[in-house]
Amino acid sequence: MRFVILVMMASVLSAQTPSGNAQNGKKLFESIGCWQCHGHEGQGGAGARIAPRPIAFAAFQKYVRQPADQMPPYTAKVVSDQDLADIYAFLQSIPQPPAAKSVPILNR
Amino acid sequence: MANRRNFLKGAAAGAAALVAKTPLAKAQQQQAQNRGAALPSATALAAETGPVATSVEAMTADHPGSDFMVDILKALGFEYIAANPGSSFRSLHESIINYGGNKAPELITCCHEESSVHMSDGYAKVEGKPMAVMAHSTVGCQHASMAIYNAFAGRVPVFVILGNTIDANARRPGVEWLHSAQDATAMVREFTKWDDLPISLTHFAESSIRAYKIAMTPPMAPVVIVADSELQEAPIADRAKLRIPKLTLASPPAGESGAVAEVAKLLVAAENPVILADRAVRSEAGMKLLVELAETLQAPVLSGKFPSRHPLSIAGGRGLIRNADVILGMEVPDFWGTVNNVRDQQEKSVQPLTKRGAKLISISANDLFIKSNYQDFERYTEVDIALAADPETTLPSLIEACKRLITPDRKRALEDRGKKLAAAHEQALEQARTAATYAWDATPISTARMAAELWEVIRDKDWALAGGAGASRLWNIDKHYRTISGAGAAGVGYSAPASVGAALAHRKHGRLVVSIQNDGDLMYAPGVLWTAAHHRIPLMSVMHNNRAYHQEVMHVQRMANRHQRGITNAGIGTTITDPNIDYATVARGLGIHGEGPITDPKDLGPALRRGIEIVQRGEPVLIDVVTQPR
Repeated sequence: MRFVILVMMASVLSAQTPSGNAQNGKKLFESIGCWQCHGHEGQGGAGARIAPRPIAFAAFQKYVRQPADQMPPYTAKVVSDQDLADIYAFLQSIPQPPAAKSVPILNR
Repeated sequence: MANRRNFLKGAAAGAAALVAKTPLAKAQQQQAQNRGAALPSATALAAETGPVATSVEAMTADHPGSDFMVDILKALGFEYIAANPGSSFRSLHESIINYGGNKAPELITCCHEESSVHMSDGYAKVEGKPMAVMAHSTVGCQHASMAIYNAFAGRVPVFVILGNTIDANARRPGVEWLHSAQDATAMVREFTKWDDLPISLTHFAESSIRAYKIAMTPPMAPVVIVADSELQEAPIADRAKLRIPKLTLASPPAGESGAVAEVAKLLVAAENPVILADRAVRSEAGMKLLVELAETLQAPVLSGKFPSRHPLSIAGGRGLIRNADVILGMEVPDFWGTVNNVRDQQEKSVQPLTKRGAKLISISANDLFIKSNYQDFERYTEVDIALAADPETTLPSLIEACKRLITPDRKRALEDRGKKLAAAHEQALEQARTAATYAWDATPISTARMAAELWEVIRDKDWALAGGAGASRLWNIDKHYRTISGAGAAGVGYSAPASVGAALAHRKHGRLVVSIQNDGDLMYAPGVLWTAAHHRIPLMSVMHNNRAYHQEVMHVQRMANRHQRGITNAGIGTTITDPNIDYATVARGLGIHGEGPITDPKDLGPALRRGIEIVQRGEPVLIDVVTQPR
């Protein structure tokens, strides 16, 4: 039963998350200026951290189109839905960082 | 005004006799004989060495007026005077180095007047008093003006002396006219606290003492005194008749007792008070008072001058402001912007961050002094109580007033709040540690990694961050002098010279001084690195080299997005690439140790350790780190 639910959830998620090209997403992330506020690896800076483990694609897309706070909106006129899917794929591809406790100089 | 031109009449003497008598003629004769060359004619020598037949001024003086000016500078206790040399203050320059022995004040050679003033700004933030600056009244003051504005908006005391020649008849032709103005301080009057054009040495003494006192009375700010060249160069007629008035600094204004009692009542009764203390603290004693107030109330504090590892130290704080019922803002330059949220989006919107009924209290010396032209006073803030007073001076009476009102029951409630805030503080620290791990091994190097590596090499020393990008949340900022604030008016080009000035102030205390130096900022006047080398000012500048005027990249990006076009073009005109600047080479060319560019985070720690060794030998060093944008 549990297995069936997991499969159903996975299929729902995949339906909501369009397939994207992470390599192209990385290029777009740089060329359209996402890195300026979010850092080259989405770690955050002037803007919020957005990787790894980005928020669900639907929320991500909604925020990019109509940001709630200071982020400039990226309309479909300048960034297509497919471009967003590629960027999202890039963000998903970013590996997990080390645990803070495993980095001695962060614990002084 | 004294006349330096004492005309000699009948000065023409026999040229031939002079040829034989003057030391120069003798030397030339001897030199020519040694070389076996033909001697110049007597006429030629006379033309070079002899007095002309017309009236001539006696330009020698044992003690020019500028010697007395040096006496004044010494009386005011200036350790240093920064200047890019200029003919309009040549006599004062000479008096400082010869009559004054180039000590207290010592002349600091700067490559730009903006550097002179910004150095003075950084020095004052550490030392709590100004160092002096000399500049030309026109071109020098024009160069200095942005830095003076930064000091004005930052409420920093800076003492500027402008060389000028007011008497048209006394000016040499050409450049001296270009370097004179009839109202030399007009250009900066809108953003200085006081200025004067003294026309006698007695006047100069009185105005200098007055200017110093004004600069040091909160709200502190720059002052400018014109040193007329005639006044500098003319001989002192009778030194015994000149005196320097006694300096008595004004006691800063403290809050009126009734208003203080009202503030205390609100704070003690508040369920969720917040203390904002941007520029409230300017000394170690002030920092301790701020801690005492926070602990008395068990209230969170948002301030760069509050110990960062104190349980009541809170970073960010928007959530606290939203939840606050009483907000105490002490010397907050933009109180309105702190308690409101402005969205700069497709449509601009403004929303109060505070909840309905929240009480706002302001304690600020800025209510005592404001000018109209430059808009550094920010938007008008609607507050419930406003004390026109110096916060640091008001803190003791406010603390006492709060203590008097706290009953044992209230104390228990406050302690419970303190425990919750301490837990939130610990949680925020953990979150900051986790946040620092993201992009830990990235190239370019993350700013969090850079800050962590830098902290690792300074944390066991008596360190100070002398400007540039702010200290990390993870650093233990436990003393007032550990950090200085940024450019008062956000004028870029501040950090490099201010950090050298701050390092100069730290030098006699033997502190290990570092700065996190933004690349765009350094390129305004990189010559200040030479000043650091020349004067052996120990400072490790760690470049935050993101190869852009990054804030402007984001602004242009915002505009492109808003206009829905060209969103890939934000780098045009905002980035510092093609070619990349090799800052280590620039540093070496200016006489300081340079290392980098460092792009691999694994190389950073060892480079910083090498840099620290150099700084501890008393020399400046620059480590170029290629970084993520923010």
